[in-house]
This record gives sequence, C-alpha cells and structure tokens, in this order.
Amino acid sequence: MYEPKLVEQNMTKPGVTPAETVLEIENLRTHFFTTGGVVRAVDGVSYTVRNGETLGVVGESGCGKSVTALSILRLIADPPGRIVGGAIRFEGTNLLDLTEREMEAIRGNDISMIFQEPMTSLNPLLTVGRQVAEAIALHRGLSGREALDRAVEMLRRVHMPEPERRVHAYPHQLSGGMRQRVMIAMAVSCDPKVLIADEPTTALDVTIQAQILDLMRELQDRLGTAIILITHDMGVVAENADRVVVMYAGRKVEEASAKELFECPGHPYTKGLLGSLPNLEVAAHTNARRARLNEIKGMVPSLASLPKGCTFASRCNFATAECHAAYPPLVQHRDGHWIACWHAERLLEGAA
Amino acid sequence: MSPLLEVRDLKKHFPIHKGVFSRVSAHVYAVDGVSFHIDRGETLGLVGESGCGKSTVGRTLLKLVEPTAGKILVNGEDITGFNGPQMLPYRRQMQMIYQDPYASLDPRMSAGEIVGEPLIIHRVAAPKERRERVAHLFDRVGLRPELVSAFPHEFSGGQRQRIGIARALALNPELIVGDEPVSALDVSIQAQIINLLMDLQDELKLSYLFVAHDLAVVEHISDRVAVMYLGRIVETTDKTSLFEMPLHPYTEALLSAVPIPKASARTRKRVILAGDVPSPINPPPGCHFHARCPYAFARCRHEVPALREVKPRHWAACHLHDGGVRFPLTKPAGA
Repeated sequence: MYEPKLVEQNMTKPGVTPAETVLEIENLRTHFFTTGGVVRAVDGVSYTVRNGETLGVVGESGCGKSVTALSILRLIADPPGRIVGGAIRFEGTNLLDLTEREMEAIRGNDISMIFQEPMTSLNPLLTVGRQVAEAIALHRGLSGREALDRAVEMLRRVHMPEPERRVHAYPHQLSGGMRQRVMIAMAVSCDPKVLIADEPTTALDVTIQAQILDLMRELQDRLGTAIILITHDMGVVAENADRVVVMYAGRKVEEASAKELFECPGHPYTKGLLGSLPNLEVAAHTNARRARLNEIKGMVPSLASLPKGCTFASRCNFATAECHAAYPPLVQHRDGHWIACWHAERLLEGAA
Repeated sequence: MSPLLEVRDLKKHFPIHKGVFSRVSAHVYAVDGVSFHIDRGETLGLVGESGCGKSTVGRTLLKLVEPTAGKILVNGEDITGFNGPQMLPYRRQMQMIYQDPYASLDPRMSAGEIVGEPLIIHRVAAPKERRERVAHLFDRVGLRPELVSAFPHEFSGGQRQRIGIARALALNPELIVGDEPVSALDVSIQAQIINLLMDLQDELKLSYLFVAHDLAVVEHISDRVAVMYLGRIVETTDKTSLFEMPLHPYTEALLSAVPIPKASARTRKRVILAGDVPSPINPPPGCHFHARCPYAFARCRHEVPALREVKPRHWAACHLHDGGVRFPLTKPAGA
C-alpha cells in the first residue's frame, strides 16, 4: 500500500545526532506598506529547521508567525507587503534570489503548506481528487489518469475512508476533519522536505484535532519531513514539537527545545503565556473562586508604531529603565536556549 | 428552595423545509431531551464539540429560540409558554454574553449607547442616572471612562468583550449565559476576561451557564460540568469527579484529547476516537456515541441509555454502569 523506500528513511531527532539543516531563515524582515504607515509584521526573525524534526512556532495573533511562513514560500501579496531584508536558505539556496518560475518548482514540491481553514483553502468547484492530482501532475509530470490514481493513493495514506469514492467528492460533502486530511494529502503528495502547517487544527474539534496531529506525526515518521508547526496553542506545541520558537510583535523572543521551554521558560512573555493558561489538571482540583489566572496586562503594541526598546516592556512585570531604552539582543543562555531579554539570566536562575 | 434555573427534558428540533410548498422533510435534533439545574451563585459549564447543541441550549433558556418541548423554570416558575411581554421581567434576570465580540456589537452605536440600551428598553433609569450607571459599569469591567463615546471598531477584541459584559450586567441580572465568551480571544487576553468574570461573580453573586468547547477553560471557571454529545447530556458532576473519574467514554476521550502545555505531555496515554460526530439530522439509534465508542456492545446500538445517578452526585448516560460503577472503563465481558 505504501512506498517501501519511504519507510526506510530514518528519522533523525535533534540532540541524538546533529541533524542536517534543511531550511534556514536569517534576519527576515517583511513589512507592509499601508496608508497608516509601515507595519513591521516580521522584523528580523531567524530560525532553522532540521531534517525530520518538528519546529513549533508560537505566538498570539499578529505576532508575525504566519507572515514568516508565507514569506518562506514567497506568497506575500505585493503590494502592500514586501520582504525588505534577510535570507531564506533552502538546502543552501537563497529562495529570495530565485525567479518566480524557479520558485514555482519548489512550492508544493520541496516545501508545501497546510492552511488553517480547510474550507476556504480548497476550491469548492473541483473534486478533491482533482485538487490533490493537480500538484502531482504539475511537479511529477504525470498524466491526468496516473495523477488521479496517485491521488487515491495519497488519500489512503492520510486514512481517508473509502478513498476510491471520496476522490470524486466535492469539499462541501466532507466534514472539517476530512477536508483537513485532503489538505494534508495535497501537501505531502510530492514528498516535501519541509511541511509548513499554519494552525492546522485550530478550526477543528479536539477529538478531530487529536486525529490530525496523530496523522502528521505518523507521516513525519514515515517520510522524514521537517515540519514547521505554527500555532497559538501551547498544548499542541508541548505534545508535538521538538524545538520551539516564541514570537512577539514581529520578533523571535525565545527559542529552546520543547522540554527546556516548558520546564524553564526564560522570557517573561513565555512565562506569562504559560501562566495565563488554565491547566486542566489544576483547574479540576482548585476552587475556581480563589484561583485566578495570571494575566498579562495590557495588549500587543501596534506594529505600525512600535515602542523604543523592548516591545514587551510595557506589559512586563520585570521591566526596568534598561528595557525601555533599548531592544535586548538574542543571547544563548543555555545550550540551544536563546532569549531576547535583559533580565533573562536572573529569570532563569529564579526558575531553577 | 427551588434552584434559580431548572430545565426539564428540553428539546429543540429545527425543521428542514424542502420543495415548493416548504414541506418539512426532516428535523435537526439540536437539543434532544436535556435536563439540568443551576443554583444561585453557581457556575455550570456546558462542554461539547461543534454541533452538539450546547449553544442552542443557552439560546433556548432565554427563549431567543422557542423550545419544541420540555420545561424551563426560573425561581420555580414555569416560563416555557410565556410570550414577549410576559418574558420581559425574566429577561432582566437572565442575560447573555456572545462569542464573537465583533459581530455582537452594533457598529453604528457608541460603546456607551450599547451598554446603556438595556436600561432604555426596560425603562429603569432616567438619562442622568443612566449616564452614571454606564460610567460605573465601564469602571467595573475595566474600560476607561472616556471610551463611552468611542465606536466598536476602535476597540480591540478583549475590550469589545468587556463592552459585551458591561451590557449584560446593566440590568443587574441573576444569571448570565456565556456562549463561548473567551474562545475568540488570544490566551493572554482570555485570562483577563476569565478573571473578570470570576471577580464579577464573587461581587454580584451571579450564576453562570458557561458554554464552551475548551475543557480546560470550563474546568477552571465551573463548579459543575455537563458534557454534551449530539443533543444530549452524557455526563454531569462536579469538576473534580469529572476529571478524576470520567464515567462516560466520550468524556474520557475528550479529556485525553486536550493537549497539555507541559514538557511531560508527550508521553501520556491517549484515547484517539475514530470517525466524526454523526449528523444531528439523522442521529444513530441507541446511544448516539456507540459508533465511535471503544467499549460499545450490542445493547448500545438499539437502546438509548438514560442519564442516571451512577454514583452519588455523579450522573452518566452509559450502559457500562448498569451493573454497578465500572471504573476504569472496560468493555463488559461476553459482550
């Protein structure tokens, strides 16, 4: 049923063997030029993704996590948006130097993407089979018939019930979970090296979310794909990512292994975010009347007029004059644990 | 003393019309026999996945949709058959907070007008008193006083939700139905709103029916939790028992599907349910959950399990416990 050669590819986990970097984003800056001013949606973000690992990218709405992902595939609408600086290296090649035609050969083939809302990202007028077959026909040069056969095989790979019949179904005839399976089938149809999953389960119910995340893990184990998992859900990251990047107001504020990040978060924003989540286990055993959640006061600053200094300072309980004066550099405080905070060392010691 | 609110065997079936003469061809069994009560000062959480009927329950309580069958009692009085004018005094006691802070505020009214409107409709305050009351409500929900003249588009999502809460509080209600009041908000803002709702409850002795899909949020804010699946309540008890000892297989699956933000979360055991929620238009016979249930046996396929008190103060609708409480859940031998 499945291709045996794919099964044999072994999955490398970071920390076990130094895995090869497949995608590297360096100092990426994507700005939107609007009538209200320049919106610095992504302002100097760097991260790398290694073969076979899952990199979680977390942050709240407007932190630039999705714009970074769209920048990787060069899908930023211009105007108003533009990548104004930095580099995106895929296996050593800077994607920003490629022509549009060369880029088309990479999109959906080497690097593919799953979007949040499966209903709006599928074409309602075409059968799901045709939509899955399209990328295969384009990138693999298969005929329509062959591509459709492969589409059936792909739907089977994502555990779609009755794939031979469902290949002729239209998106509205499928449930939300099945539509997301179709999206994943499309995304993995050309065995991509990097899969960008932008809030892949946000629109789904929890029991369906569990199915989809399970499927993504299974495909990763089999295909060795590197996954960039973009989400606002700390729980999804904790259970699925190997390493985590935390973004705030267009910048990376922290990066660490998932274990390290959840055990000793170093940036006040990460700490705040984790503290503001109701925990199922704790919530079940405490009297709601007394247990207040730790809130992060205030709200995210406007990306069109960012304050001088640290962008989180106005909401931070640890902020000092230093924080309001200059943006802190991203410093590696522990092995693989990077934090952009003037007080990181003190906070890490406090946590330990 | 009778509870603040009691609901007995509530049903809401929406007809589906077809053809030129709009014949009723089928029904959506959105709520199919739901019973519960809420005491004064208490929070009942109602959880379930999309399409399980939890929002319809909330809307039917306030008679924003007419129930098909069943009874709704407020302070012991049956309000099920009441018409608009008869309902008016009860609407003062029961208010609603909606999910989407963008769609639930009129974009052409200022924030102050939105919060003051219930006072006009119920003719409870002269213009001067009204301004004072609005100013007080703004202060109470954490909005700056000069914002009364601002319009909804000038507010962020969290602030809009505060306007919605101020509006719901305007008439000093006893019960507030929150229909997913925090699910459209970012987590840092979500925590602010949850804390506000709990503070208000302490101060004003409010009762809440908190309808949501996020189990962690519901557990945090509620005293008791009712779990809904496809129009029916499958389990209800206090939150600690629900978490420690889920007696319905659906509750067990729901609890294990919630991702936990902890480093140790990757190793925990999960129950991953197969398949999707069946359609409420043509729900399966017997127990609605049997097709996805890992423990289902013959009886589940044709006989509807009743919601009964399986152990003291713990109700579940599952045949597994017919011969006494079976925990941890296992498939009955010989079935």
